[in-house]
Amino acid sequence: MLTDFLLLMKQELLLVAIIFILVFIKLGSKERSNESLLNAINILLLINLIAGIFNSQTGTLFGDMFNTNQLFIFEKNILNFGVLIISLQSYDWLKKHKHLIEFYLLLLSALLGMFLMLSSNNLLMFYLALELSTIPIAALCNFDLEKRKSSEAAFKMIISSAFSSGLLLLGISFFYGTTGTLNFAEIPATLNGNALQIFSFVLLIAGFGFKISAVPFHLWTADVYEGSPISVTSFLSVISKGAVVFVLVSVLYKVFEPLSEYWYTILFLLSLLTMIIGNLFALRQQNMKRFLAFSSIAQVGFILIGISGQSLEGTASVVFFILIYILSNLAAFGVINLVSSKCDKESIGDYKGFYKSNPQLTWVLTIALFSLAGIPPTAGFFGKFFLLMAGAAKNNYLLITVAALNMVIALYYYLRVIKAMFMDANENPIEKIKIPFQPKLAMIICVAGIIILGIYSNCYQYIFSLIK
Amino acid sequence: MNYASYIFLIPLLPLAGFALLGLFGKKYFNESSGIIATVLILVSTLLSLYTAYNYFIAEGIINGAYPSITAFHTSWLSFSKNLSIDIGILIDPISVMMLIVVTFISLMVHIFSLGYMKGEKRFATYYAFLSLFTFSMLGLIISSNLFQIYIFWELVGVSSFLLIGFYFDKPSAVAASKKAFIVTRFADLGFLIGILLLGYYGESFEFSTLIRQLTDVQSSQSIAITTGTFAGISILTWGLILIFIGGAGKSALFPLHIWLPDAMEGPTPVSALIHAATMVVAGVFLVARLFPIFSLSEIALSVITVVGLSSTFIAAVIACTQTDIKRVLAYSTMSQIGFMMFALGMTGTENTLGYTASLFHLFTHAFFKSLLFLCAGTIIHFIHSNEISAMGGLKKYIPLTHLTFLIACLAIAGIPPFAGFFSKEEILLAAYNSNKLVFGIALLTSGITAFYMFRLYFSIFYNKQMEIQNPHSEGSFSIKFPLVVLAICSIVVGFIPFGNFVAADNKILESHLDFRFSFAPVVIGGLSILLAMYFYKNENDKPNKVASFWGKIYQAAFRKFYVDELYIFITKKIIFNFIGRPAAWIDKNIVDGLVNETARTIEKFSYMIKGIQSGKVQHYLLYFFGGIISLLIVFVYLWK
Repeated sequence: MLTDFLLLMKQELLLVAIIFILVFIKLGSKERSNESLLNAINILLLINLIAGIFNSQTGTLFGDMFNTNQLFIFEKNILNFGVLIISLQSYDWLKKHKHLIEFYLLLLSALLGMFLMLSSNNLLMFYLALELSTIPIAALCNFDLEKRKSSEAAFKMIISSAFSSGLLLLGISFFYGTTGTLNFAEIPATLNGNALQIFSFVLLIAGFGFKISAVPFHLWTADVYEGSPISVTSFLSVISKGAVVFVLVSVLYKVFEPLSEYWYTILFLLSLLTMIIGNLFALRQQNMKRFLAFSSIAQVGFILIGISGQSLEGTASVVFFILIYILSNLAAFGVINLVSSKCDKESIGDYKGFYKSNPQLTWVLTIALFSLAGIPPTAGFFGKFFLLMAGAAKNNYLLITVAALNMVIALYYYLRVIKAMFMDANENPIEKIKIPFQPKLAMIICVAGIIILGIYSNCYQYIFSLIK
Repeated sequence: MNYASYIFLIPLLPLAGFALLGLFGKKYFNESSGIIATVLILVSTLLSLYTAYNYFIAEGIINGAYPSITAFHTSWLSFSKNLSIDIGILIDPISVMMLIVVTFISLMVHIFSLGYMKGEKRFATYYAFLSLFTFSMLGLIISSNLFQIYIFWELVGVSSFLLIGFYFDKPSAVAASKKAFIVTRFADLGFLIGILLLGYYGESFEFSTLIRQLTDVQSSQSIAITTGTFAGISILTWGLILIFIGGAGKSALFPLHIWLPDAMEGPTPVSALIHAATMVVAGVFLVARLFPIFSLSEIALSVITVVGLSSTFIAAVIACTQTDIKRVLAYSTMSQIGFMMFALGMTGTENTLGYTASLFHLFTHAFFKSLLFLCAGTIIHFIHSNEISAMGGLKKYIPLTHLTFLIACLAIAGIPPFAGFFSKEEILLAAYNSNKLVFGIALLTSGITAFYMFRLYFSIFYNKQMEIQNPHSEGSFSIKFPLVVLAICSIVVGFIPFGNFVAADNKILESHLDFRFSFAPVVIGGLSILLAMYFYKNENDKPNKVASFWGKIYQAAFRKFYVDELYIFITKKIIFNFIGRPAAWIDKNIVDGLVNETARTIEKFSYMIKGIQSGKVQHYLLYFFGGIISLLIVFVYLWK
């Protein structure tokens, strides 16, 4: 029993261990340099990532409350990887920060919440894990302590997520009322599609929609992304979103499979709205963070298309896309993070003539944006192509056509940034930035990943094999 | 013969050139980068010729037809049980033919640029981009499946974006490269959706499998794709038309041609490579590659014919009104590609002359059109202007350019025995056999072609006599050599019995050239040349002559003047105003306007909905709740 517990919850327990280590360091801390502390934490996170990959077991625990399988383990590894990258990228910002241990405590608690959410096998457990993954982030949003916008972001985040959690909890209560069970394994047999079930299901979907910022549940996104420190923004837009998408896929496919005609319609409507509105807003953003925020909303629309395919390919293409999305988005955020922490410049106009002073960073950002826009042979193209391919299984040509059109609009605004960096002249360009080792390492990993995943194909097949 | 041992080198050598020059060019061998790239492409060219020799001559016909050989094949990524993405090299008559065209023209452009781009600061970068483009184009040609072709298709787009925008400190070049990229990308979406449809229903991306499964009426894939309909048209037709849209975008067919004239902002040798011989014919190549499937759908073929024919005519008329030498050539390219396209569209299952004629024209056109562009390059180099009005009487300053330009003009005008004559005759004959109306328009257009080409020729080399102080030389050996080689090609390649090599069924197609039939087109071409000569050979002299006659024979002079005016009235006022202007107007306002207007509308709409993003949390939550309510309304009231 104890070995089961240790092995099955290995990834969660590792996180808990790191959190405790950090608490002890904090309590016992005298005078320690931030640099060495950050390096130690990064090494811990690396150990955590490596330990998570090897020797994984599958099964259930705690009377069916917690279950894990190969796909979940892989997804958790992706999230671990993303957090490590973010941590490396935040080096420059955090080394000047007074409360860096608290930053990691909150970050890892949220990650723990996501792991539990992925593995939850019960609606109540799911709800608790969701809250655990949300509330620390709201505190993180406030981490630019002297900036007013940062507090505003945290405030908006907590209010909106409280509202969405409230409705989600209402949905779960109604659900329990009609089905009499909260266990994922037992729910499918009790679903009959009556009005109350549909009502509670819509509330549930809205909760998911809030977390992945699908339109019209997305409005908090831009303000929160803009106000938060960039490290938190990238965590929100990449890790948090990725985790919820993973959960959404497995919950919809396994638990709510009998209601698939309803959720297909919901996904269809949401993805249309999300792609269109996300792109239209992204078109005229002047702030890099807001720009990426809206473009990442549009990306969610594409993910929803893949989910709507309702097949093994659907799951595989979504997981594959999230992996690529993490790499591409983090590469972009990495550059923006560095520029912001060194020069405090965030608007697209500031990036004019960026190529002249920082050719390396410009290339990183260009490759990342190409991948986000889905231009072959970057990995992003394959990610999008597979999503569309999975979605095409439903023969919904309207959706595919709108998606294709949105790819062009997206290309337009991504090119706008690239054009500014390469071609526009600027009298007051961003000065030459010296890149510290940690962010450089993170960027190299991301860019290599974007290119390798585009060329080397076994990754998709590996994910596919995990699902069977 | 084992092609696999060397064929992959043909695209990989330019790629190696790109990697080498892109990474180290600037630092280590800026001066010698041109030579390096040229030597690499020379080896590719020799290998292509060797391949062609092996394929067409040494191996030749097996069992009555040229075989389709898969020289290399590997499964790269399997998407689902019956759909996988592969990488392969396909060798068949059209890919071998295209290998020769692309490597040879690219070689000529590489050599020409050695002299032409000399002293350019980013010399190494230029050759790196040129190598990248050549690699992508070669990869596109030998692709064995739809997916692979799409990837190279996009790479071609990216590398041409880089080349058109090469002078990136010129705002117009930047705008042009962006426009080219976005318009073709827009068309590529059609291509992508078409690939998805064909791949999903045909259950393969592989050309050979796809063609086998879809042309077999009994197969489950064929039944699924022909019985499935959307908006009353079968999925097969939709898929093919969407793929054709992708091809039309790259090949600059009406109404997706708007990027081509602007793309002339790139360096002139680049235009010779991209906009004459290689990238713009990719659409024709794509349709030819999938032709067995296209021939299954009458509607798709009619669309191709109509689009091809209207492009060819509209472009020819616009070409008559342009004053920028490169733009005239750009519209002329569009017009010639229209010829190739409608020839494919008219190819039926019994009469396959159109297919051979189309690819024959692609082949000959590559030589004389790249020659025209390279000549334009030397002229622009000499005059430092693109405007025809700044030129005149250049015959004595640049005699070699004059001679080669004349040969190219005769070739494009379809005058025997130059190359264009043979291929154009075949297209006209194919049109004559299939549809008299199409034939009539094609004949008229070929007349207009001769007119505008010689308008260009006479305005540049005769017309007003310019006195140029201290004219610099015509150019170094590296500039003259490609002109001479291409001029010789423009004369001789027409005599190749093309039907022996390329035909719709890979068998030998007997050549149908009938000189009685050729009479009308040649006479019309000749008359058009005379007309052009009458107007443009001495235009600036005429007013002077008229003035000297004033006193003596007033009436005759007046009448002559009157006739002159009449002619000018007809061409300048009527043709220009009533046909050329509207065509240009439609081009500028409707086609261009539509694109701009869409962008503006999107932007406006984007501002309109800005109000939603007010920054107030209570509003956000209201929308959130509104979303839930609307979803519920959808389900409770609208669903059942």
